[in-house]
Amino acid sequence: MFTETPFVRVKLRRQAVAKWVFFAMAASMIVPLLLIIAHLVERALPSLSLEFLLAAPARGMKEGGIWPALVGTIHLVVISLAVAAPIGVLAAVYLNEYAKDNWFNRLINLAVINLAGVPSIVHALFGLGAFVYAAQFGYSIISASLTLAIMTMPVIIASTREALASVPRSFREACWNVGATRWQTIRAIVLPNSISGILTGIILQVSRTAGETAPIMFTGAVFFKAVKAGDLFPYGLGDQCMALSMHLYTLSTQVPGVKESIPYATAVVLLGAVLLVNTAAIALRVWLRNRKKW
Amino acid sequence: MPKRNRPAWAIFAEKALEGVIYLCGISAIVFVLGIFFFVFKVALPVLFEPGFSLTQFLFSTEWYPTSESNIRYGVLAMIAGTFSVTVLAMVIAVPFGLGAAIFVSEFCGPKLKETLKIIIELLAAIPSVVWGFIGLTVMSKLIVEFTGAPVGVNILNGGIILALMSVPIIVSIGEDALKAVPDSYREAGLALGTTHWQLVYRVLLPAAKNGLLAAVLLGVGRAVGETMAVLMATGHAVHIPEGILDSVRTLTANIAAELGEAPENSNHYRVLFLTGVLLFTITFVVNLAADLVIRGIRKK
Repeated sequence: MFTETPFVRVKLRRQAVAKWVFFAMAASMIVPLLLIIAHLVERALPSLSLEFLLAAPARGMKEGGIWPALVGTIHLVVISLAVAAPIGVLAAVYLNEYAKDNWFNRLINLAVINLAGVPSIVHALFGLGAFVYAAQFGYSIISASLTLAIMTMPVIIASTREALASVPRSFREACWNVGATRWQTIRAIVLPNSISGILTGIILQVSRTAGETAPIMFTGAVFFKAVKAGDLFPYGLGDQCMALSMHLYTLSTQVPGVKESIPYATAVVLLGAVLLVNTAAIALRVWLRNRKKW
Repeated sequence: MPKRNRPAWAIFAEKALEGVIYLCGISAIVFVLGIFFFVFKVALPVLFEPGFSLTQFLFSTEWYPTSESNIRYGVLAMIAGTFSVTVLAMVIAVPFGLGAAIFVSEFCGPKLKETLKIIIELLAAIPSVVWGFIGLTVMSKLIVEFTGAPVGVNILNGGIILALMSVPIIVSIGEDALKAVPDSYREAGLALGTTHWQLVYRVLLPAAKNGLLAAVLLGVGRAVGETMAVLMATGHAVHIPEGILDSVRTLTANIAAELGEAPENSNHYRVLFLTGVLLFTITFVVNLAADLVIRGIRKK
């Protein structure tokens, strides 16, 4: 029969203490945040309604809804991803399927990593210099979307590479052995087997793009723009637009005397949209992972 | 040599497509150089202006960009602001982030682990402007109530907000680093009769220290480059802070706050772009360091 010596008892006690300390550390980062989110929702409740989503801001933004901002954000997200996703995916295909391990491709990897780390305000400066002035797109949706696209692209490259790398090498070898070229293998074997992972990565960027403020502040987003309530396509490519994230910043710092629940409701709508999209992406990923056969 | 029997156009189309793929592949380099080029191009002329000196820019705390008689472009106060907020954020986020990473990686069951990882991933997705809003409303009220500070938007507020923002990165990269430690290390330790805790601090932490360092560096990178949250949560006082309840302005917030007012191609405008070059350089170095550390692990 095994009996505990004092040494073992101390050891086990320390183990238990350590476990609870680490648990407390994990919990202390998560629980207060959930409380804060609950608090935001509670404050937002008086304004949250379908009408709030579909109405335009009224009386100098002190009342009314967020429709122009909501639809502006959707425009920005769709256009920027339409640009960033194809380039990002193809770049990842190059890096994962074609690139040999030499100094030039290591340089590309380094560039991707650093592009992902560039502060969002520097992207804003770049967008202002390159798209607004040099390319003469002016302050417009197209300038803002392109700025956002360059910001999201490195992350799409990274997530796509991960998806591509998860396709076993033996799949490719089997395909090469029956005489397929590199591109035929990629199209017939690699992409179909990794498309779900690629899509998940892109969906996760929807929410990131929607939440960014700094890159669009100086390239195309405006404080206010009159838009007919419920109009789905109020903006042209060359127009400036409102955006949810920018609207939240404006409401909470630049507009005195806003009805108190309105900025809270705007924050909750933005937060809710982001979390909803991400939950969907994660659910998709979990479902697909469970279905995977290799 | 077997004869190819695909039509010539198919072979040509494939070559063309591979050309496009190659162009996309090198686009990242083009964009990084493009960012540096365009931001630096705007900033460059100011370096040769008579009223501007680089030493003053880096080492003076006087920032009077719109003054009539006494124009000064010194960003030292903003550097101090960025530094103080980042340091405070890391003091909070590193122990908690690594602790949480250790808990997720070593101390919890598979179900809880999945759940926690998903929650952490969702937390990482909260937009920075929402964080800023939380700082401005909830956190500033709490800080005024508990510390008696005259204003709630200050270093403490920004530090806590940035810490909460960096923790998800630190946890997920740190967890990866711990996961990368071979299971044989764990088995060897447990076979010698260690508890999990002894295993963590005698075996896993030393083995994973490079990965954990990379996690911290990436957290620093995010904290230095963060704009909206610090713009809204740290107040707007341009001075060297004396305590954590002082308001400060960071480099990023300074650009965001003043770019809209600076006339295009004025010296003020160019100096803001120069600040951008400075930020670009700082984050470049931090990310490069993190990458080298991570690469070091892979080689082993």
